[in-house]
Amino acid sequence: MAAAVSEPARAAAEGAARSSYGRLVAFLSARTRDVAGAEDALADAFEAALREWPATGVPQSPQAWLLTVARRKLVDAARRRRSGEAVAATLLVIDGMFTEPAADDSLPDDRLALMFACTHPAIEASARAPLMLQTLLGFDAATIASAFLVSPATMGQRLVRAKAKIRQAGIPLTVPERAELPDRVAAVLAATYAAFTEGWADAAGASVRRRNLVDEGLWLARLLASLLPAEPEALGLLALMLYAQARRPARRDTAGDYVPLALQDARLWDSALLDEAEALLRLAGTLARPGRYQLEAAVQSAHVARRIGHRTDWPAIVRLYDALWHLTASPVVAINRAVALAEAGDAAAGLAALDVLTDEPRLRDYQPYWAARANLLARTGRVDEAREAYRLAIGLETDEAVRRYLQGRLLALGEGG
Amino acid sequence: MKYLLLIANEEAAMKAMTPADMGPMLAAYTAFSEAMVKAGVMGGAERLQPTATATTVRVRGGKTEVLDGPYADTKEQLGGYYLIDVPDLDAALHWAARCPGASHGAVEVRPIWAM
Repeated sequence: MAAAVSEPARAAAEGAARSSYGRLVAFLSARTRDVAGAEDALADAFEAALREWPATGVPQSPQAWLLTVARRKLVDAARRRRSGEAVAATLLVIDGMFTEPAADDSLPDDRLALMFACTHPAIEASARAPLMLQTLLGFDAATIASAFLVSPATMGQRLVRAKAKIRQAGIPLTVPERAELPDRVAAVLAATYAAFTEGWADAAGASVRRRNLVDEGLWLARLLASLLPAEPEALGLLALMLYAQARRPARRDTAGDYVPLALQDARLWDSALLDEAEALLRLAGTLARPGRYQLEAAVQSAHVARRIGHRTDWPAIVRLYDALWHLTASPVVAINRAVALAEAGDAAAGLAALDVLTDEPRLRDYQPYWAARANLLARTGRVDEAREAYRLAIGLETDEAVRRYLQGRLLALGEGG
Repeated sequence: MKYLLLIANEEAAMKAMTPADMGPMLAAYTAFSEAMVKAGVMGGAERLQPTATATTVRVRGGKTEVLDGPYADTKEQLGGYYLIDVPDLDAALHWAARCPGASHGAVEVRPIWAM
């Protein structure tokens, strides 16, 4: 069938999918509280679009067309599934959608409400980012599973369970009240960041699907920042992601080898993205409510200062990590702080800061911990221990280019041990 | 739970590797094995000789058939395995992703049938 669909129709359907998929899922599920039902109805509507648009031409308002078809599918599904009063009530709800304006620009935007539902405390934490990726962006379970390194079957079940929970537990598709807003915003931001960083793990951008995940994660953050312009952390998160994205072209050399941040060619950084990030961070600062994403973005800002000829201010970075540590008590922050201490000139203090973490069970097979430890052991002349830590870091690494880089560092320590 | 990580590689590509490439790859496998031993998940591992050394045996209706070569011709060949003991599939997949074989060929993760 796919071959028979004309290119303009496919392009129009795909364009409509990108710009309005999440909006339509949000609109439908905010009224039925049935996310899976909304997705199914929309899948049918997109299929119908691919079938009919080549013959009839692309409608003036693709979004309104899709909504009308999806609504009809919802009615059919409700008739099949339920009987008597239940059907009458459901049909009434679906009918109500018709009285609401459905033109492209006037369709109510319920995406923020959907994001809050996806990241509701009643949804298991490991399902939140995947659920946002699926409902707002239309990613399939297999793609999401690859990004989060779980089996497609497991991810599929996780998503089905989460959607059932929204419906059965009556999780509201609304923006929370002011009193609980800060905590709930934090959950939305965390899930958005998780979607981005899982996609980011593929540093070379070798996988097209994965690279899309990074782009789409960024798109989500942009959406969040535009819907929550008074939330400095939403601005901070977008800034943080833009800093990372801007440096992407410099993370591999022409031979495909890993280039650590300190050795990256600043001319390869995307200066437009960096300017945007800096502006966002300044704007967030004017709202005078600091938080972890703003602090992490500030660290990135310090790292890119050398593009305008400044030396990296490591003592300032240590102070930022101090503030982050007080806020999050995250062992990942502690590792970064230790490395910053060493870069600021005190490798022994950095190593001592890592020693404190030795008993942290989560770090036992956490590659960045061992890579940082190897680096600081080597700097303090404890070469045998450094070799052992490098070997462990190499064994725990999944990215081949980083593995090669670490092997090079190990080799540079010379034979022995 | 116990899982077998089956490493599938293209033998031809492996054979074509220069010693300069082979050295780091073997070192990466050694590091991977060490990391699994340190994490307490390692149950055993072996590397296999190439499929050219394989012999396949079938017994049908009392008749024994012995053939040179592997049981199936595939684009990628089984080159070795790791047996690991981890809490669940997610943990097994994390180790599989760290296996150098996952960067060159593929690693199939199969749960062991518990008797």
